[in-house]
Amino acid sequence: MQMPQPDAGVLARKDRLVARLAQVLPSDALIHDPAETRAYECDALTAYRCAPMLAVLPSTTAEVSDVLRICHEEGVPVVPRGSGTSLAGGALPTADSVILGVARMNQVLETDYDNRIIRVQTGRTNLSVTGAVEEEDFFYAPDPSSQLACAIAGNIGMNSGGAHCLKYGVTTNNLMGVTMVLMDGTVVEIGGAHLDAGGLDLLGVICGSEGQLGVVTEATLRILRKPEGALPVLMGFDSSEVAGACVSDIIKAGVLPVAIEFMDRPCIRATEAFAHAGYPDCEALLIIEVEGSEAEIDHQLTLIKEIAARHNPVELREAADADEAGRIWLGRKSAFGAMGQINDYMCLDGTIPVSSLPMVLRRIGELSKEFGLDVANVFHAGDGNMHPLILFDANKPGDLETCEAFGAEILKLCVEAGGCLTGEHGVGVEKRDLMLHQYDPVDLEAQLTVKDVFDPAWLLNPAKVFPLQVTEARRTRALAAE
Amino acid sequence: MLKPVTEQELGEAVRQAKEPLAIRGGGTRLTGQAGAALSVAGLSGITLYEPGALTMVAQAGTPLAEVEAALAAENQRLAFEPMDHRGVLGTEGTPTIGGVFAANVSGPRRVQAGAARDFLLGVRYIDGMGQAIKNGGRVMKNVTGYDLVKLMAGSWGTLGVLSEVSFKVLPRPETEATLRIEADGAGAAVRALSAALGSPFEVSGAAYDPAQGAALLRIEGFGASVAYRADRLSALLGGEAEIVEADASAALWAALRDVAPFQDAPGDVWRISCKPSEAPDLAARLQAEALLIDWGGGLIWALLPEGADLRARAGRYDGHATLVRATPETRARLGMFQPQPAPLEALAQGLRAKFDPRGIFNPGLMG
Repeated sequence: MQMPQPDAGVLARKDRLVARLAQVLPSDALIHDPAETRAYECDALTAYRCAPMLAVLPSTTAEVSDVLRICHEEGVPVVPRGSGTSLAGGALPTADSVILGVARMNQVLETDYDNRIIRVQTGRTNLSVTGAVEEEDFFYAPDPSSQLACAIAGNIGMNSGGAHCLKYGVTTNNLMGVTMVLMDGTVVEIGGAHLDAGGLDLLGVICGSEGQLGVVTEATLRILRKPEGALPVLMGFDSSEVAGACVSDIIKAGVLPVAIEFMDRPCIRATEAFAHAGYPDCEALLIIEVEGSEAEIDHQLTLIKEIAARHNPVELREAADADEAGRIWLGRKSAFGAMGQINDYMCLDGTIPVSSLPMVLRRIGELSKEFGLDVANVFHAGDGNMHPLILFDANKPGDLETCEAFGAEILKLCVEAGGCLTGEHGVGVEKRDLMLHQYDPVDLEAQLTVKDVFDPAWLLNPAKVFPLQVTEARRTRALAAE
Repeated sequence: MLKPVTEQELGEAVRQAKEPLAIRGGGTRLTGQAGAALSVAGLSGITLYEPGALTMVAQAGTPLAEVEAALAAENQRLAFEPMDHRGVLGTEGTPTIGGVFAANVSGPRRVQAGAARDFLLGVRYIDGMGQAIKNGGRVMKNVTGYDLVKLMAGSWGTLGVLSEVSFKVLPRPETEATLRIEADGAGAAVRALSAALGSPFEVSGAAYDPAQGAALLRIEGFGASVAYRADRLSALLGGEAEIVEADASAALWAALRDVAPFQDAPGDVWRISCKPSEAPDLAARLQAEALLIDWGGGLIWALLPEGADLRARAGRYDGHATLVRATPETRARLGMFQPQPAPLEALAQGLRAKFDPRGIFNPGLMG
């Protein structure tokens, strides 16, 4: 994995930069001691680390604007950071960059139940957004697994999803407005408490732009009333084909579950050994959750069970109450931890058309033998998002590289099957070099021109998303212009 | 009129263009007026439909009716219920699925299910240089690079000509019902709509028709569920709701979706997106000939005397106003779309310059 060489000219200007930033930030918001900048050397993609030149922790949009303006004038690249939970290296710095962390901007600015919106500073954690409206029985729908820690800023940067997204959409479907600072310090307001912001859908392109178009400091988010209740049902099958066919039939019957989770045998076995949730030892396991009133839940589950029965499940387990529901979910929620107990693992998130699952799983099994590494599969069966978990040994020389090579083959397979490289985690640094497997050069060029408009100097998180050779001219032209 | 039948021909037509192009699907919705007409209707046909995966792919010129018929046969539908503009605009022609996404045409259910742009998964389009570009795909979860799919949605052909669209569909519910609750004015109506939308009973339509003097709330789903929720919602709102069943309910919402009351009424038609709680005061300021309020107050349809400047009457508010029906003279004078603040207009101009360097795609339509 390559990163651009740090620019000697920028490094030489460090002291001047510190002096200028010290004029717009309180001293505890400006971190330049190497012992302290190390804390920002990586995010959740811990295989790659590089301490930034500086880190800043502004508390206001005005401070963010001043910081960016100064960095723009000094020609210094800036890497925005939410909570640093990215699995793709979205917040990985270069040695000549400034990490701009929004974690201190975590306030709720406004809750409005009449209009069903909440306005927050984007450094606030995802779960605490729901926390702010929970008392009134509302919630914020996009709920990535990292929601206890991840920040709204990162959710917007990566267009994060979560278990609820089949029914409620991902971040971009729940984002109504932003306050964003451009690289030159300009503050823009887009959208608000009204639906469908005017003009071109800038919110739509900003969401998922991985911190490359601007730094979002405030966001207006849609909040929803919690349903009356929810319950899961667990089913085991002899094959992934049958499990897939069952999901398809449920959807065709007009039931819209709030979540449909799939686990394969290796995943079930690892999870059982760890969590003892009492899962059946079978080829494929589904956990399906439905929402509504007691009667509605009952009705939907009856339909689901009827359909499942036609597919001869090896096991069908219902939950009578919240306690039993918790136990059905226990295994699935422990899955990643269970894998981590066995070994180091790499989690991918390629997405495929749901009908391709059996073929893709078969191929993954073949690749597993070819590469000599075990893999377990978790799959969001409602939306096609796969999470192959490849086990490797970080202490064994060459294992990480083998694991990455295996992962790349799986992602290429996802694209070949009609899907995409990443459904949730984003490209970051991790998947840059696979972008040309999904897109042609003209397709990538169209995306690059969008960044040309928002950040002509190419200073915001410039080393991410696109293969370095594709962005080289733009990045070096920006530096040469200094 | 240029009418290519393949994406390649479409690319050629754009490449060869010597003057601005007025891009149209079925020509049923207001779109670019300047230059040579370029119709996408020749690129027609559903190329993939997987009901079990809730996914359809179709060429942009496919008639909307064909898409909807194919979906209905599998008991599915476009959840965002796009408006049919022909009644209000007095246009003729065959609306296309590409036009629906290019104009982000979304109806009453948008308040709960999302807009057209929320269902668009992937696009192929021809850019201003005549190149075929793709973005997104046919899967719901896709964060691979920038989301140009959203950017293309609602861009009214100003950034490119859609040639193919991939989109998410949803099941058609077993039945529906509408609660009709007497409301004395927009204030009371919007309060009722808001209370309903803030309930756990999954309201999929929330409108106020001053002519009917009633707040209207739609509930969809399996029969027993609809009955239960109608009951609970009625109780929540004072217990005096009249229930409109199934077919009558569907007809009611189709009329709201197509703004039927304004169809034969003289005057200009405006469409305002606003913060719901501001709708009553905003509506009063408009001094409109007629009004229709949708999306729980978040959407106002206003009928104004010909040539009147609604934006001047509206003043400041959280939202924007689009001029939907007016004479060409009024459209030229007032502009179809709300002028954007300078920094946003600069970004939009920058994007148009990149996607359409020669400025040939519906120039002047959006800015």
